[in-house]
Amino acid sequence: MDKHDETKVRVEHLTKYFGDLHVLDDVSFNIKKGEFLCVVGPTGCGKTTFLNLLTRIYMPTKGELYIDGEPADPKKHSISVVFQEPSSMPWLTVEKNLRFGLEIKKLPKEEIDRRVENIIQLLGLQEFRNSYPHQLSVSTAQRIIIGRAFAMQPDLLLMDEPYGQMDIKLRFYLEDEVIRLWKEMGTTVVFITHNIEEAVYLAERVLILTNKPAKIKEEVKVDLPRPRDVTAPDFIRIRNYVTDQIKWW
Amino acid sequence: MDEKKKIILKLENICQSYVVKDGVKDAVDNVSFEIYDNEFLVLLGPGHCGKTVLMNLIAGLEKPVGGKIFLDGEEIHGSDKRIGMVFQSLNLMPWRTVMANVEFGLEIAGVKKEERRKIAQKYIDLVGLTGFEHSYPHELSGGMKQRVGIARAYTNNPEILLMDEPFGQLDAQTRYAMEEEVLRIWEKEKRTIIFVTNNIEEAVFLADRIVLLSKCPATVKQIYDLKDLPRPRNMTDKEFLRIRSEVSENTDLAL
Repeated sequence: MDKHDETKVRVEHLTKYFGDLHVLDDVSFNIKKGEFLCVVGPTGCGKTTFLNLLTRIYMPTKGELYIDGEPADPKKHSISVVFQEPSSMPWLTVEKNLRFGLEIKKLPKEEIDRRVENIIQLLGLQEFRNSYPHQLSVSTAQRIIIGRAFAMQPDLLLMDEPYGQMDIKLRFYLEDEVIRLWKEMGTTVVFITHNIEEAVYLAERVLILTNKPAKIKEEVKVDLPRPRDVTAPDFIRIRNYVTDQIKWW
Repeated sequence: MDEKKKIILKLENICQSYVVKDGVKDAVDNVSFEIYDNEFLVLLGPGHCGKTVLMNLIAGLEKPVGGKIFLDGEEIHGSDKRIGMVFQSLNLMPWRTVMANVEFGLEIAGVKKEERRKIAQKYIDLVGLTGFEHSYPHELSGGMKQRVGIARAYTNNPEILLMDEPFGQLDAQTRYAMEEEVLRIWEKEKRTIIFVTNNIEEAVFLADRIVLLSKCPATVKQIYDLKDLPRPRNMTDKEFLRIRSEVSENTDLAL
């Protein structure tokens, strides 16, 4: 059976008000198991509120989020988040950062060893195993966090513009890496970005949000073979199309 | 070069090193290049390659261990009021309004209030902040704060404007907007601009010429002349993407 037939996450009528400020307006969509979904929208449209509702940091004013058919519950389901700024524990080594969440979840030691080894291999970070975060560059620090999130094998992995300020060369490298991790681990990913080229490079499906109060304007399926060529006419056509949907600048 | 262009700034064999815990760290290694009058020059290099060090040297905020800098044919030592700067971290004074921030340089220079208000207003209008003269920095968005920084630098009427990754903290879309803005402002009020970035797309969008630096210690890898790429440039245009790929291939990956 195709892994893509199974719905993993169901978002229904998600609505959020802060006092009178209407940020999110009746957003509904499904995420399939193992899907890589990108969310784009104009600056200030409520992307971060949207993400915080998915993490359950905020509770919605209306609507619900279901994982495997049940209302999402941080005690039962595992939701990992990668923020824009690296968020490793500065007093822990790279390896201990990778182990941290797994130990909180009280997984057996052999399982933790196996997962951490696997991630260190996939990222090629053997030489940094015993380094502390402050000894790493920002990009390497972010790679650790992304590895840590994948190691949790979460039900849902949320990424909030993790490569925001990195140069294109670095971004392409890291984007290829995140695709490699995703393929290897089969994780369900929601990736939020301002960068449309990035969204089209990564996503199987792009969700376009409107200005505040954010609604889903459109879903664009990106059916391009990987690795994708950012200069290919089909790629540029989709990139331009998505850009036109949100362009304010 | 079809016509003979006037060289306004010249860097000759610039080297910079620092003493660190376990020895000496080279940041800039024998960098030489020239900048033409009213040119938009982009200094492009990977993260932490020594770009900001080069800017600080040109601005006279630090002295090189080797090499010379010539402004208008004369060697300069230390800061010079013909060179202005827009910082990545803004450095706006939070207790001053937009107007008071923009006119600060003129105030220090002892220009009379009426006169300096007039000049400051001109540049506030130019960067599109008309109506925000009495706002404080915390009331403005990231893009607007950068506009204040640009207006402030222009108000001092420098011949050369140094912009050190001014859009590094902005999101991709606001960044596109500001890139178009900075070109619009430059077209209207021509100055020599040296613009530092690690963003290859931004470099190809803005530059007359790109000076590509290696990873640390910075050396000049290559200089690209983009005179055959007409403005306004389109980031998904075939030729644009080709140049972007070419520059990208040639850029060091600094993981």
